[in-house]
Amino acid sequence: MARAVTTRRKAINTAIAWAVGLLIFFPILWIFLMSFKSEGDAIKAPLDMLSAPWTLESYGVVQERSDYFKHFSNSVLLSFGSTLLGLIIAVPAAWAMAFVPSKRTKDVLMWMLSTKMLPAVGVLYPIYLLFISLGILDSQLGLIVVLMLINLPIIIWMLYTYFKEIPGEILEAARMDGASLRDEVLYVLTPMAIPGMASTVLLNVILAWNEAFWTLKLTAANAAPLTAFIASYSSPEGLFYAKLSAASVMAIAPILIMGWFSQKQLVRGLTFGAVK
Amino acid sequence: MATQHSRSAARLMMAPAVTLLLGWMLVPLVMTLFFSFRTYLPLRPEVAQTWVGFDNYVRFVTSSSFWPAVVATLIIVGGVLLITLILGVILALLLDQPMWGQGAVRVLVIAPFFVMPTVSALLWKNMFMDPVNGFFAHILRALGLAPIEFLSQHSLTSIIVIVSWEWLPFATLILLTAIQSLDQEQLEAAEMDGASWPSRFIYIILPHLSRAMTVVLLIQTIFLLGIFAEIFVTTQGSFGSKTLTYLIYQRVLESQNVGLGSAGGVYAIILANIVAMFLMRIVGKNLDA
Repeated sequence: MARAVTTRRKAINTAIAWAVGLLIFFPILWIFLMSFKSEGDAIKAPLDMLSAPWTLESYGVVQERSDYFKHFSNSVLLSFGSTLLGLIIAVPAAWAMAFVPSKRTKDVLMWMLSTKMLPAVGVLYPIYLLFISLGILDSQLGLIVVLMLINLPIIIWMLYTYFKEIPGEILEAARMDGASLRDEVLYVLTPMAIPGMASTVLLNVILAWNEAFWTLKLTAANAAPLTAFIASYSSPEGLFYAKLSAASVMAIAPILIMGWFSQKQLVRGLTFGAVK
Repeated sequence: MATQHSRSAARLMMAPAVTLLLGWMLVPLVMTLFFSFRTYLPLRPEVAQTWVGFDNYVRFVTSSSFWPAVVATLIIVGGVLLITLILGVILALLLDQPMWGQGAVRVLVIAPFFVMPTVSALLWKNMFMDPVNGFFAHILRALGLAPIEFLSQHSLTSIIVIVSWEWLPFATLILLTAIQSLDQEQLEAAEMDGASWPSRFIYIILPHLSRAMTVVLLIQTIFLLGIFAEIFVTTQGSFGSKTLTYLIYQRVLESQNVGLGSAGGVYAIILANIVAMFLMRIVGKNLDA
Protein backbone atom coordinates (compact mmCIF):
# COMPACT_ATOMS: atom_id res chain seq x y z
CA MET A 1 0.00 0.00 0.00
CA ALA A 2 1.87 3.02 -1.18
CA ARG A 3 0.07 6.29 -1.02
CA ALA A 4 1.76 9.30 -2.49
CA VAL A 5 1.85 11.89 0.25
CA THR A 6 3.55 15.23 0.27
CA THR A 7 6.21 15.77 2.91
CA ARG A 8 4.25 18.72 4.19
CA ARG A 9 1.17 16.63 4.86
CA LYS A 10 3.25 13.95 6.50
CA ALA A 11 4.81 16.57 8.78
CA ILE A 12 1.38 17.85 9.79
CA ASN A 13 0.16 14.31 10.51
CA THR A 14 3.24 13.64 12.57
CA ALA A 15 2.82 16.80 14.62
CA ILE A 16 -0.88 16.18 15.37
CA ALA A 17 -0.41 12.51 16.14
CA TRP A 18 2.52 13.12 18.50
CA ALA A 19 0.61 15.89 20.28
CA VAL A 20 -2.40 13.62 20.81
CA GLY A 21 -0.19 10.67 21.81
CA LEU A 22 1.68 12.73 24.39
CA LEU A 23 -1.59 14.14 25.75
CA ILE A 24 -2.95 10.62 26.33
CA PHE A 25 0.33 9.46 27.81
CA PHE A 26 0.74 12.58 29.93
CA PRO A 27 -0.78 11.26 33.21
CA ILE A 28 1.67 8.35 33.20
CA LEU A 29 4.59 10.64 32.36
CA TRP A 30 3.48 12.99 35.14
CA ILE A 31 3.55 10.40 37.94
CA PHE A 32 6.85 9.15 36.56
CA LEU A 33 8.35 12.63 36.98
CA MET A 34 6.63 13.13 40.34
CA SER A 35 8.08 9.91 41.73
CA PHE A 36 11.57 11.47 41.58
CA LYS A 37 10.63 14.48 43.71
CA SER A 38 10.52 14.94 47.46
CA GLU A 39 7.12 14.76 49.18
CA GLY A 40 7.10 18.54 49.76
CA ASP A 41 7.95 19.36 46.15
CA ALA A 42 5.47 16.89 44.66
CA ILE A 43 2.44 18.93 45.70
CA LYS A 44 3.82 22.23 44.35
CA ALA A 45 2.46 23.90 41.22
CA PRO A 46 3.51 22.02 38.04
CA LEU A 47 6.40 24.30 37.04
CA ASP A 48 7.79 24.53 40.59
CA MET A 49 7.47 20.78 40.89
CA LEU A 50 9.44 20.22 37.70
CA SER A 51 12.25 22.58 38.67
CA ALA A 52 12.64 21.08 42.16
CA PRO A 53 15.68 18.83 42.72
CA TRP A 54 15.45 15.17 41.71
CA THR A 55 15.66 12.46 44.36
CA LEU A 56 15.20 8.71 44.71
CA GLU A 57 14.01 8.86 48.32
CA SER A 58 10.38 7.92 47.58
CA TYR A 59 11.38 4.60 46.11
CA GLY A 60 13.25 3.70 49.28
CA VAL A 61 10.42 4.86 51.57
CA VAL A 62 7.75 2.82 49.75
CA GLN A 63 9.58 -0.41 50.57
CA GLU A 64 10.21 0.61 54.20
CA ARG A 65 6.70 1.78 54.86
CA SER A 66 4.74 -1.16 53.58
CA ASP A 67 6.86 -4.04 52.38
CA TYR A 68 6.35 -3.28 48.71
CA PHE A 69 8.41 -6.28 47.69
CA LYS A 70 5.95 -8.73 49.26
CA HIS A 71 3.06 -7.34 47.23
CA PHE A 72 5.20 -7.30 44.12
CA SER A 73 6.08 -10.96 44.55
CA ASN A 74 2.40 -11.72 45.18
CA SER A 75 1.55 -10.07 41.85
CA VAL A 76 4.23 -12.10 40.08
CA LEU A 77 3.11 -15.31 41.76
CA LEU A 78 -0.60 -14.74 41.07
CA SER A 79 -0.26 -13.66 37.45
CA PHE A 80 2.32 -16.23 36.35
CA GLY A 81 0.87 -18.96 38.57
CA SER A 82 -2.67 -18.55 37.27
CA THR A 83 -1.48 -18.30 33.66
CA LEU A 84 0.70 -21.42 33.83
CA LEU A 85 -2.00 -23.41 35.61
CA GLY A 86 -4.46 -22.24 32.97
CA LEU A 87 -2.06 -23.26 30.22
CA ILE A 88 -1.76 -26.81 31.58
CA ILE A 89 -5.53 -27.19 31.47
CA ALA A 90 -6.07 -25.27 28.25
CA VAL A 91 -3.45 -26.82 25.96
CA PRO A 92 -5.05 -30.29 25.79
CA ALA A 93 -8.53 -28.80 25.42
CA ALA A 94 -7.52 -26.37 22.67
CA TRP A 95 -5.52 -29.08 20.93
CA ALA A 96 -8.51 -31.41 20.91
CA MET A 97 -10.86 -28.72 19.59
CA ALA A 98 -8.46 -27.60 16.88
CA PHE A 99 -7.39 -30.97 15.55
CA VAL A 100 -10.26 -33.32 16.38
CA PRO A 101 -13.23 -31.02 15.84
CA SER A 102 -16.72 -32.43 16.17
CA LYS A 103 -20.13 -30.97 15.46
CA ARG A 104 -20.30 -29.59 18.97
CA THR A 105 -16.83 -27.98 19.08
CA LYS A 106 -18.14 -24.59 18.07
CA ASP A 107 -20.87 -24.66 20.71
CA VAL A 108 -18.43 -25.73 23.42
CA LEU A 109 -16.06 -22.93 22.48
CA MET A 110 -18.84 -20.38 22.47
CA TRP A 111 -20.10 -21.60 25.82
CA MET A 112 -16.61 -21.32 27.28
CA LEU A 113 -16.31 -17.73 26.07
CA SER A 114 -19.71 -16.91 27.51
CA THR A 115 -18.58 -17.92 31.02
CA LYS A 116 -16.13 -15.02 30.78
CA MET A 117 -19.10 -12.68 30.71
CA LEU A 118 -20.57 -13.75 34.03
CA PRO A 119 -20.59 -10.58 36.18
CA ALA A 120 -18.27 -11.08 39.15
CA VAL A 121 -20.53 -9.20 41.53
CA GLY A 122 -23.33 -11.69 40.83
CA VAL A 123 -21.31 -14.54 42.29
CA LEU A 124 -19.31 -12.58 44.87
CA TYR A 125 -20.96 -13.93 47.98
CA PRO A 126 -20.90 -17.62 47.03
CA ILE A 127 -17.21 -17.39 46.19
CA TYR A 128 -16.56 -15.47 49.40
CA LEU A 129 -18.40 -18.18 51.41
CA LEU A 130 -16.57 -20.99 49.63
CA PHE A 131 -13.26 -19.28 50.29
CA ILE A 132 -14.07 -18.96 54.01
CA SER A 133 -15.25 -22.55 54.37
CA LEU A 134 -12.19 -23.85 52.50
CA GLY A 135 -9.94 -21.60 54.59
CA ILE A 136 -8.37 -19.98 51.53
CA LEU A 137 -9.49 -16.39 52.02
CA ASP A 138 -6.42 -14.15 51.69
CA SER A 139 -4.29 -17.02 50.38
CA GLN A 140 -2.26 -16.98 47.18
CA LEU A 141 -3.54 -20.41 46.18
CA GLY A 142 -7.21 -19.41 46.26
CA LEU A 143 -6.57 -16.35 44.10
CA ILE A 144 -4.43 -18.29 41.63
CA VAL A 145 -7.39 -20.64 41.09
CA VAL A 146 -9.92 -17.81 40.69
CA LEU A 147 -7.70 -15.81 38.31
CA MET A 148 -7.01 -19.00 36.35
CA LEU A 149 -10.75 -19.68 36.02
CA ILE A 150 -11.67 -16.18 34.87
CA ASN A 151 -8.93 -16.20 32.23
CA LEU A 152 -9.24 -19.85 31.16
CA PRO A 153 -11.76 -19.09 28.36
CA ILE A 154 -9.37 -16.52 26.85
CA ILE A 155 -6.40 -18.88 27.12
CA ILE A 156 -8.30 -21.72 25.45
CA TRP A 157 -9.65 -19.38 22.80
CA MET A 158 -6.25 -17.92 21.91
CA LEU A 159 -4.52 -21.29 21.83
CA TYR A 160 -7.33 -22.66 19.67
CA THR A 161 -6.89 -19.91 17.08
CA TYR A 162 -3.10 -20.38 17.04
CA PHE A 163 -3.43 -24.19 16.75
CA LYS A 164 -5.91 -23.76 13.90
CA GLU A 165 -3.25 -21.90 11.93
CA ILE A 166 -0.95 -24.93 11.97
CA PRO A 167 -1.55 -26.66 8.63
CA GLY A 168 -3.10 -30.11 8.96
CA GLU A 169 -0.92 -31.47 6.12
CA ILE A 170 2.12 -31.33 8.37
CA LEU A 171 0.38 -33.55 10.89
CA GLU A 172 -0.67 -35.98 8.20
CA ALA A 173 2.87 -36.13 6.87
CA ALA A 174 4.18 -36.85 10.36
CA ARG A 175 1.56 -39.58 10.81
CA MET A 176 2.52 -41.15 7.48
CA ASP A 177 6.10 -41.24 8.63
CA GLY A 178 4.91 -43.30 11.56
CA ALA A 179 4.80 -40.67 14.30
CA SER A 180 2.66 -41.60 17.27
CA LEU A 181 0.21 -39.16 18.83
CA ARG A 182 2.80 -38.42 21.49
CA ASP A 183 5.55 -37.75 18.93
CA GLU A 184 3.16 -35.60 16.96
CA VAL A 185 2.43 -33.40 19.94
CA LEU A 186 6.00 -33.25 21.21
CA TYR A 187 8.04 -32.88 18.03
CA VAL A 188 5.70 -31.36 15.47
CA LEU A 189 3.03 -29.32 17.21
CA THR A 190 4.90 -27.96 20.20
CA PRO A 191 7.69 -26.24 18.26
CA MET A 192 5.15 -24.70 15.90
CA ALA A 193 2.86 -23.65 18.71
CA ILE A 194 5.47 -21.99 20.91
CA PRO A 195 5.13 -18.44 19.48
CA GLY A 196 1.34 -18.60 19.92
CA MET A 197 1.67 -19.97 23.42
CA ALA A 198 4.14 -17.23 24.33
CA SER A 199 1.68 -14.57 23.15
CA THR A 200 -1.10 -16.23 25.12
CA VAL A 201 1.01 -16.25 28.28
CA LEU A 202 1.96 -12.61 27.76
CA LEU A 203 -1.59 -11.33 27.42
CA ASN A 204 -2.94 -13.42 30.28
CA VAL A 205 -0.18 -12.38 32.66
CA ILE A 206 -1.14 -8.79 31.89
CA LEU A 207 -4.84 -9.44 32.47
CA ALA A 208 -4.17 -11.28 35.74
CA TRP A 209 -1.70 -8.64 36.92
CA ASN A 210 -4.28 -5.88 36.48
CA GLU A 211 -7.36 -7.77 37.72
CA ALA A 212 -8.96 -5.56 40.32
CA PHE A 213 -12.14 -7.10 41.65
CA TRP A 214 -11.28 -10.48 43.12
CA THR A 215 -7.80 -9.35 44.12
CA LEU A 216 -9.37 -6.50 46.13
CA LYS A 217 -12.16 -8.50 47.70
CA LEU A 218 -10.52 -11.84 48.48
CA THR A 219 -7.24 -10.63 49.97
CA ALA A 220 -6.04 -8.85 53.09
CA ALA A 221 -2.47 -8.36 54.32
CA ASN A 222 -1.06 -11.73 53.30
CA ALA A 223 -1.98 -12.40 49.68
CA ALA A 224 -2.61 -8.82 48.49
CA PRO A 225 -1.01 -8.14 45.10
CA LEU A 226 -0.09 -4.67 43.85
CA THR A 227 -3.68 -3.78 42.84
CA ALA A 228 -4.79 -4.09 46.47
CA PHE A 229 -1.58 -2.50 47.79
CA ILE A 230 -2.13 0.59 45.64
CA ALA A 231 -5.79 0.74 46.70
CA SER A 232 -4.58 1.14 50.30
CA TYR A 233 -3.28 4.57 49.26
CA SER A 234 -6.86 5.77 48.75
CA SER A 235 -7.31 6.44 52.46
CA PRO A 236 -6.56 10.07 53.42
CA GLU A 237 -3.62 9.14 55.69
CA GLY A 238 -1.93 7.68 52.66
CA LEU A 239 -2.08 10.85 50.62
CA PHE A 240 1.59 11.07 49.78
CA TYR A 241 1.99 12.04 46.14
CA ALA A 242 5.64 11.20 45.67
CA LYS A 243 5.34 7.82 47.39
CA LEU A 244 2.10 6.98 45.61
CA SER A 245 3.81 7.91 42.32
CA ALA A 246 6.83 5.76 43.08
CA ALA A 247 4.66 2.81 44.11
CA SER A 248 2.50 3.23 41.00
CA VAL A 249 5.45 3.49 38.64
CA MET A 250 6.91 0.29 40.04
CA ALA A 251 3.52 -1.42 39.82
CA ILE A 252 2.82 -0.54 36.19
CA ALA A 253 6.30 -0.42 34.62
CA PRO A 254 6.81 -4.17 34.09
CA ILE A 255 3.35 -4.64 32.63
CA LEU A 256 3.56 -1.52 30.47
CA ILE A 257 6.68 -2.93 28.83
CA MET A 258 5.09 -6.35 28.35
CA GLY A 259 1.95 -4.67 27.05
CA TRP A 260 3.79 -2.84 24.30
CA PHE A 261 4.96 -6.21 23.00
CA SER A 262 1.47 -7.67 23.06
CA GLN A 263 -0.54 -5.18 20.99
CA LYS A 264 -1.46 -7.67 18.29
CA GLN A 265 -2.37 -10.42 20.74
CA LEU A 266 -4.56 -7.98 22.59
CA VAL A 267 -6.85 -7.60 19.59
CA ARG A 268 -6.91 -11.34 18.99
CA GLY A 269 -7.42 -12.28 22.63
CA LEU A 270 -10.01 -9.73 23.65
CA THR A 271 -12.26 -9.65 20.60
CA PHE A 272 -12.51 -13.43 20.32
CA GLY A 273 -11.62 -13.24 16.64
CA ALA A 274 -14.53 -10.97 15.78
CA VAL A 275 -12.09 -8.34 14.46
CA LYS A 276 -9.19 -9.36 12.26
CA MET B 1 -10.16 -37.97 9.36
CA ALA B 2 -10.74 -38.29 13.06
CA THR B 3 -11.03 -41.87 14.26
CA GLN B 4 -13.17 -43.19 17.07
CA HIS B 5 -10.00 -43.53 19.10
CA SER B 6 -8.88 -39.95 18.62
CA ARG B 7 -12.38 -38.75 19.39
CA SER B 8 -12.46 -40.31 22.81
CA ALA B 9 -8.93 -39.05 23.41
CA ALA B 10 -10.11 -35.57 22.46
CA ARG B 11 -13.03 -35.80 24.86
CA LEU B 12 -10.64 -36.80 27.62
CA MET B 13 -8.38 -33.85 26.86
CA MET B 14 -11.26 -31.41 27.04
CA ALA B 15 -12.70 -32.89 30.23
CA PRO B 16 -10.65 -30.91 32.80
CA ALA B 17 -11.36 -27.54 31.16
CA VAL B 18 -15.06 -28.26 30.64
CA THR B 19 -15.52 -29.61 34.17
CA LEU B 20 -13.74 -26.67 35.79
CA LEU B 21 -15.61 -24.03 33.81
CA LEU B 22 -18.91 -25.81 34.39
CA GLY B 23 -18.23 -25.89 38.13
CA TRP B 24 -17.04 -22.28 38.16
CA MET B 25 -20.23 -21.24 36.42
CA LEU B 26 -22.82 -23.50 38.07
CA VAL B 27 -21.81 -23.72 41.73
CA PRO B 28 -21.84 -19.99 42.50
CA LEU B 29 -24.79 -19.43 40.19
CA VAL B 30 -26.93 -22.00 41.97
CA MET B 31 -25.86 -20.59 45.34
CA THR B 32 -26.73 -17.03 44.28
CA LEU B 33 -30.10 -18.20 43.02
CA PHE B 34 -30.70 -20.08 46.27
CA PHE B 35 -29.81 -17.09 48.45
CA SER B 36 -31.90 -14.74 46.33
CA PHE B 37 -35.10 -16.49 47.41
CA ARG B 38 -34.24 -16.41 51.09
CA THR B 39 -33.77 -14.08 54.02
CA TYR B 40 -30.07 -14.35 54.79
CA LEU B 41 -28.41 -11.89 57.16
CA PRO B 42 -25.09 -13.38 58.34
CA LEU B 43 -24.43 -10.46 60.70
CA ARG B 44 -27.75 -11.00 62.49
CA PRO B 45 -27.84 -14.69 63.40
CA GLU B 46 -31.06 -14.18 65.40
CA VAL B 47 -32.96 -13.65 62.13
CA ALA B 48 -33.85 -17.11 60.86
CA GLN B 49 -33.15 -18.05 57.24
CA THR B 50 -36.47 -18.57 55.52
CA TRP B 51 -37.90 -18.81 52.04
CA VAL B 52 -39.37 -15.51 50.94
CA GLY B 53 -40.27 -16.20 47.32
CA PHE B 54 -39.66 -13.21 45.07
CA ASP B 55 -39.62 -10.68 47.95
CA ASN B 56 -35.91 -9.89 47.49
CA TYR B 57 -36.40 -9.32 43.77
CA VAL B 58 -39.26 -6.92 44.43
CA ARG B 59 -37.44 -5.15 47.26
CA PHE B 60 -34.30 -4.72 45.18
CA VAL B 61 -36.09 -2.83 42.41
CA THR B 62 -38.38 -0.87 44.73
CA SER B 63 -35.63 0.32 47.09
CA SER B 64 -34.89 4.04 46.93
CA SER B 65 -31.33 3.42 45.72
CA PHE B 66 -32.30 1.25 42.73
CA TRP B 67 -33.31 3.84 40.14
CA PRO B 68 -30.47 6.25 40.95
CA ALA B 69 -28.11 3.29 40.51
CA VAL B 70 -29.67 2.43 37.15
CA VAL B 71 -29.32 6.04 36.03
CA ALA B 72 -25.70 6.27 37.24
CA THR B 73 -24.88 3.01 35.45
CA LEU B 74 -26.49 4.15 32.20
CA ILE B 75 -24.73 7.53 32.31
CA ILE B 76 -21.32 6.01 33.01
CA VAL B 77 -21.61 3.15 30.49
CA GLY B 78 -23.23 5.38 27.85
CA GLY B 79 -20.80 8.24 28.39
CA VAL B 80 -17.73 6.06 28.18
CA LEU B 81 -19.05 4.23 25.10
CA LEU B 82 -19.80 7.48 23.33
CA ILE B 83 -16.42 9.03 24.12
CA THR B 84 -14.33 5.95 23.36
CA LEU B 85 -16.14 5.15 20.11
CA ILE B 86 -16.03 8.66 18.68
CA LEU B 87 -12.48 9.46 19.81
CA GLY B 88 -11.48 5.90 18.94
CA VAL B 89 -12.54 6.31 15.30
CA ILE B 90 -10.80 9.70 15.07
CA LEU B 91 -7.62 8.37 16.66
CA ALA B 92 -7.62 5.24 14.51
CA LEU B 93 -7.97 7.36 11.36
CA LEU B 94 -5.18 9.63 12.58
CA LEU B 95 -2.83 6.77 13.42
CA ASP B 96 -3.48 5.20 10.01
CA GLN B 97 -2.07 8.27 8.26
CA PRO B 98 1.51 8.18 7.01
CA MET B 99 3.79 9.84 9.55
CA TRP B 100 7.18 9.62 11.20
CA GLY B 101 7.38 7.51 14.35
CA GLN B 102 4.03 5.77 13.88
CA GLY B 103 5.00 2.84 16.10
CA ALA B 104 6.13 5.13 18.91
CA VAL B 105 2.91 7.17 18.83
CA ARG B 106 0.87 3.98 18.97
CA VAL B 107 2.83 2.88 22.02
CA LEU B 108 1.97 6.18 23.75
CA VAL B 109 -1.71 5.91 22.86
CA ILE B 110 -2.28 2.37 24.07
CA ALA B 111 -0.29 2.73 27.31
CA PRO B 112 -3.26 3.58 29.59
CA PHE B 113 -4.87 0.21 28.88
CA PHE B 114 -2.03 -1.54 30.69
CA VAL B 115 -2.23 0.58 33.81
CA MET B 116 -3.96 -1.32 36.60
CA PRO B 117 -7.39 0.13 37.47
CA THR B 118 -6.46 1.08 41.03
CA VAL B 119 -3.44 3.05 39.79
CA SER B 120 -5.37 4.92 37.11
CA ALA B 121 -8.18 5.77 39.50
CA LEU B 122 -5.84 7.06 42.23
CA LEU B 123 -3.63 8.86 39.74
CA TRP B 124 -6.58 10.86 38.44
CA LYS B 125 -8.17 11.32 41.85
CA ASN B 126 -5.06 12.64 43.61
CA MET B 127 -2.62 14.00 41.07
CA PHE B 128 -5.16 15.55 38.69
CA MET B 129 -8.59 16.03 40.28
CA ASP B 130 -7.62 16.85 43.85
CA PRO B 131 -9.15 20.29 44.63
CA VAL B 132 -6.03 21.48 46.53
CA ASN B 133 -2.91 19.87 45.12
CA GLY B 134 -4.18 18.39 41.85
CA PHE B 135 -2.82 19.40 38.46
CA PHE B 136 -6.16 20.91 37.39
CA ALA B 137 -6.43 22.86 40.65
CA HIS B 138 -2.98 24.38 40.06
CA ILE B 139 -3.97 25.36 36.52
CA LEU B 140 -7.29 26.86 37.61
CA ARG B 141 -5.58 28.83 40.38
CA ALA B 142 -2.96 30.13 37.95
CA LEU B 143 -5.83 31.34 35.75
CA GLY B 144 -7.40 33.03 38.75
CA LEU B 145 -10.35 30.62 38.90
CA ALA B 146 -11.73 28.76 41.90
CA PRO B 147 -10.66 25.11 42.12
CA ILE B 148 -13.31 22.49 41.38
CA GLU B 149 -14.13 19.55 43.63
CA PHE B 150 -14.27 17.18 40.68
CA LEU B 151 -15.13 13.92 42.40
CA SER B 152 -17.82 15.32 44.69
CA GLN B 153 -19.39 18.03 42.53
CA HIS B 154 -19.04 16.23 39.20
CA SER B 155 -18.64 12.65 40.31
CA LEU B 156 -20.16 10.98 37.24
CA THR B 157 -18.25 13.14 34.74
CA SER B 158 -15.02 12.53 36.62
CA ILE B 159 -15.52 8.76 36.65
CA ILE B 160 -16.41 8.85 32.94
CA VAL B 161 -13.14 10.69 32.24
CA ILE B 162 -11.10 8.16 34.22
CA VAL B 163 -12.75 5.10 32.68
CA SER B 164 -12.67 6.57 29.15
CA TRP B 165 -8.95 7.18 29.54
CA GLU B 166 -8.54 3.50 30.41
CA TRP B 167 -10.68 2.17 27.54
CA LEU B 168 -9.89 4.58 24.69
CA PRO B 169 -6.71 2.63 23.84
CA PHE B 170 -8.71 -0.58 23.50
CA ALA B 171 -11.24 1.00 21.13
CA THR B 172 -8.48 2.72 19.14
CA LEU B 173 -6.40 -0.42 18.76
CA ILE B 174 -9.32 -2.52 17.52
CA LEU B 175 -10.65 0.17 15.18
CA LEU B 176 -7.12 0.71 13.85
CA THR B 177 -6.83 -3.01 13.13
CA ALA B 178 -10.13 -2.81 11.26
CA ILE B 179 -9.13 0.30 9.28
CA GLN B 180 -5.89 -1.33 8.19
CA SER B 181 -7.87 -4.15 6.57
CA LEU B 182 -9.74 -1.63 4.40
CA ASP B 183 -9.18 -2.02 0.68
CA GLN B 184 -7.11 1.02 -0.31
CA GLU B 185 -7.95 0.64 -3.99
CA GLN B 186 -11.61 1.10 -3.21
CA LEU B 187 -10.82 4.39 -1.47
CA GLU B 188 -8.58 5.55 -4.31
CA ALA B 189 -11.22 4.67 -6.88
CA ALA B 190 -13.79 6.70 -4.97
CA GLU B 191 -11.36 9.58 -4.72
CA MET B 192 -10.73 9.51 -8.47
CA ASP B 193 -14.46 9.49 -9.11
CA GLY B 194 -14.54 12.76 -7.22
CA ALA B 195 -15.95 11.61 -3.89
CA SER B 196 -15.14 14.19 -1.23
CA TRP B 197 -13.51 13.21 2.07
CA PRO B 198 -16.77 13.35 4.09
CA SER B 199 -18.60 11.15 1.62
CA ARG B 200 -15.70 8.70 1.45
CA PHE B 201 -15.83 8.56 5.26
CA ILE B 202 -19.60 8.08 5.44
CA TYR B 203 -20.03 5.66 2.54
CA ILE B 204 -16.82 3.60 2.65
CA ILE B 205 -14.89 3.90 5.91
CA LEU B 206 -17.79 3.96 8.37
CA PRO B 207 -19.63 0.93 6.92
CA HIS B 208 -16.32 -0.96 6.87
CA LEU B 209 -15.82 -0.10 10.55
CA SER B 210 -19.36 -0.87 11.64
CA ARG B 211 -18.69 -4.42 12.72
CA ALA B 212 -15.55 -3.53 14.65
CA MET B 213 -17.49 -0.71 16.30
CA THR B 214 -20.24 -3.12 17.30
CA VAL B 215 -17.69 -5.49 18.80
CA VAL B 216 -16.03 -2.66 20.74
CA LEU B 217 -19.45 -1.54 21.94
CA LEU B 218 -20.50 -4.98 23.15
CA ILE B 219 -17.20 -5.98 24.78
CA GLN B 220 -16.86 -2.64 26.51
CA THR B 221 -20.47 -2.76 27.70
CA ILE B 222 -19.82 -6.10 29.40
CA PHE B 223 -16.68 -4.80 31.11
CA LEU B 224 -18.13 -1.37 31.91
CA LEU B 225 -21.22 -2.82 33.57
CA GLY B 226 -18.82 -4.45 36.00
CA ILE B 227 -16.43 -1.57 36.76
CA PHE B 228 -15.63 -1.63 40.42
CA ALA B 229 -12.10 -0.57 41.39
CA GLU B 230 -12.47 2.88 39.81
CA ILE B 231 -15.44 3.66 42.08
CA PHE B 232 -14.10 1.78 45.09
CA VAL B 233 -10.94 3.92 45.35
CA THR B 234 -12.46 7.26 44.31
CA THR B 235 -15.97 8.00 45.61
CA GLN B 236 -16.92 4.68 47.25
CA GLY B 237 -20.28 5.08 45.58
CA SER B 238 -21.13 8.44 47.17
CA PHE B 239 -22.09 11.69 45.40
CA GLY B 240 -24.51 9.85 43.12
CA SER B 241 -21.86 7.58 41.61
CA LYS B 242 -23.31 4.32 42.90
CA THR B 243 -23.69 1.95 39.96
CA LEU B 244 -25.70 -1.29 39.99
CA THR B 245 -22.52 -3.31 40.47
CA TYR B 246 -21.49 -1.14 43.40
CA LEU B 247 -24.97 -1.26 44.91
CA ILE B 248 -25.00 -5.07 44.79
CA TYR B 249 -21.51 -5.18 46.27
CA GLN B 250 -22.61 -2.96 49.17
CA ARG B 251 -25.73 -5.04 49.81
CA VAL B 252 -23.79 -8.29 49.80
CA LEU B 253 -20.50 -7.49 51.54
CA GLU B 254 -20.95 -4.20 53.40
CA SER B 255 -24.45 -4.54 54.85
CA GLN B 256 -24.37 -8.34 54.45
CA ASN B 257 -27.95 -8.55 53.29
CA VAL B 258 -27.10 -11.56 51.18
CA GLY B 259 -30.65 -12.39 50.07
CA LEU B 260 -31.29 -8.90 48.72
CA GLY B 261 -27.83 -8.60 47.18
CA SER B 262 -28.16 -11.98 45.50
CA ALA B 263 -31.42 -10.94 43.89
CA GLY B 264 -29.54 -7.92 42.54
CA GLY B 265 -26.80 -10.26 41.38
CA VAL B 266 -29.30 -12.32 39.41
CA TYR B 267 -30.50 -9.13 37.70
CA ALA B 268 -26.88 -8.31 36.83
CA ILE B 269 -26.34 -11.80 35.42
CA ILE B 270 -29.45 -11.55 33.25
CA LEU B 271 -28.42 -8.10 31.99
CA ALA B 272 -24.88 -9.28 31.13
CA ASN B 273 -26.30 -12.31 29.35
CA ILE B 274 -28.48 -10.18 27.11
CA VAL B 275 -25.45 -8.16 26.01
CA ALA B 276 -23.35 -11.30 25.71
CA MET B 277 -25.94 -12.91 23.43
CA PHE B 278 -25.48 -10.21 20.80
CA LEU B 279 -21.70 -10.44 21.11
CA MET B 280 -21.65 -14.22 20.82
CA ARG B 281 -23.75 -14.04 17.68
CA ILE B 282 -21.05 -11.95 15.98
CA VAL B 283 -18.28 -14.16 17.35
CA GLY B 284 -20.15 -17.25 16.18
CA LYS B 285 -20.44 -15.96 12.62
CA ASN B 286 -16.67 -15.54 12.47
CA LEU B 287 -15.92 -18.94 13.89
CA ASP B 288 -15.32 -21.52 11.20
CA ALA B 289 -15.15 -24.46 13.53
